[in-house]
Amino acid sequence: MKFDNKVNRKEFLKLTGIAALIGVGGKTGFSLYASGQEPETDSDENKNKIRYGLLIDTKKCPPDCTDCSDICHSKHNVPSYKSKKIEIKWIWKEPAKHLFPENNWDLKPVAAKNVPLLTVCNHCKNPPCVRVCPTQATFKRDDGIIMMDYHRCIGCRFCMAGCPYGSRSFNYKDPRKGLTELNPDYPTRTTGVVEKCNLCAEKIGDGSSPYCVEKCSKGAIIFGNLNDPESEIRKAIEQDHVLRRKAELGTEPSVFYKV
Amino acid sequence: MYNKTKVSIGILLFLCLASLPFWHSLMQDGEDSAIKNPVILATAGETCVEDRAFMRSNHMVLLHQWRDEVVRENKREYTNSHGELFQKSLSKTCLGCHSNKKEFCETCHAQASVKVTCFDCHLQPEQMTEKNRQEPYFHKSRGN
Repeated sequence: MKFDNKVNRKEFLKLTGIAALIGVGGKTGFSLYASGQEPETDSDENKNKIRYGLLIDTKKCPPDCTDCSDICHSKHNVPSYKSKKIEIKWIWKEPAKHLFPENNWDLKPVAAKNVPLLTVCNHCKNPPCVRVCPTQATFKRDDGIIMMDYHRCIGCRFCMAGCPYGSRSFNYKDPRKGLTELNPDYPTRTTGVVEKCNLCAEKIGDGSSPYCVEKCSKGAIIFGNLNDPESEIRKAIEQDHVLRRKAELGTEPSVFYKV
Repeated sequence: MYNKTKVSIGILLFLCLASLPFWHSLMQDGEDSAIKNPVILATAGETCVEDRAFMRSNHMVLLHQWRDEVVRENKREYTNSHGELFQKSLSKTCLGCHSNKKEFCETCHAQASVKVTCFDCHLQPEQMTEKNRQEPYFHKSRGN
């Protein structure tokens, strides 16, 4: 049987090709020329008026004081071990050269290089730990807090590899073995999960500040909503010269340093 | 058929062995009451967060729901079908009444062979202080 069609095989292929080009290319071309604006990547930003952050005043923070980490670790049942290899940290101090490695430390005095500075999870606006987590155990809350759902953590430690700040610790041991006293108001974790600072998500709901901020007698840490132009933290950031850790990576930390 | 007697004895023996678990559980019928009647403390009162029948068959669903809503959505209050308000908390609300975790949770779960992993992290009643055990359980109606 012979088809008596006007469109032969060659023409049919040509037409299909043109149609495909229009279909695929048309949309791209349209979106290129339609508007000069880039598409909004962080849709949360418009929806949410809250983005919690911290401002750490390194001048006010005494190098040998550990009040903030002591209260945080006892309130959140964070274990302490003798071995550095298995230590768990939510908030701690680290030599300045480790916190800001891009600084030209070779030109600075050794004392400045090794001065211990406070560090904590940065609760990034663009968090790599959230992106790499295969189970969505780590997630970003609407108020900008990077939270962990320990029920979902499978202990793969991708987030520890993803976090450029070392803000995450893995439980190699049963954390209850490293605790002398349990805070009954907060659960512990279990062997095989990663943990980190939660910016006191269980506490700040009613308008109070995280434990570290409350405990600091020097007022070295300011907590507040970065998206509120009237907040104390926002005004302090606008006024002073502030730094963020490894800002060049584009993670956009919510923890700021006044130096 | 060769060896008729030996074969039939063998088959009979096999059937007996294979059905042993059924006979075993039938003999121990009395112990099943742990599943039907978990030990509820007198202090727990008459009503749970939801009706007894609902809790018996759906407590695991409710607990998972509470867990996800508290951790992921930061919704910490539960309104039950009677309009009463509860805090979504295992250690505080649930164990506030059922402080006999050993009898209340473990006997049934051992029999049903369902492992309870909650208390790997969440504190057990005996690990909580006296103050903490009494204070937190709140139970008020919507109107207050």
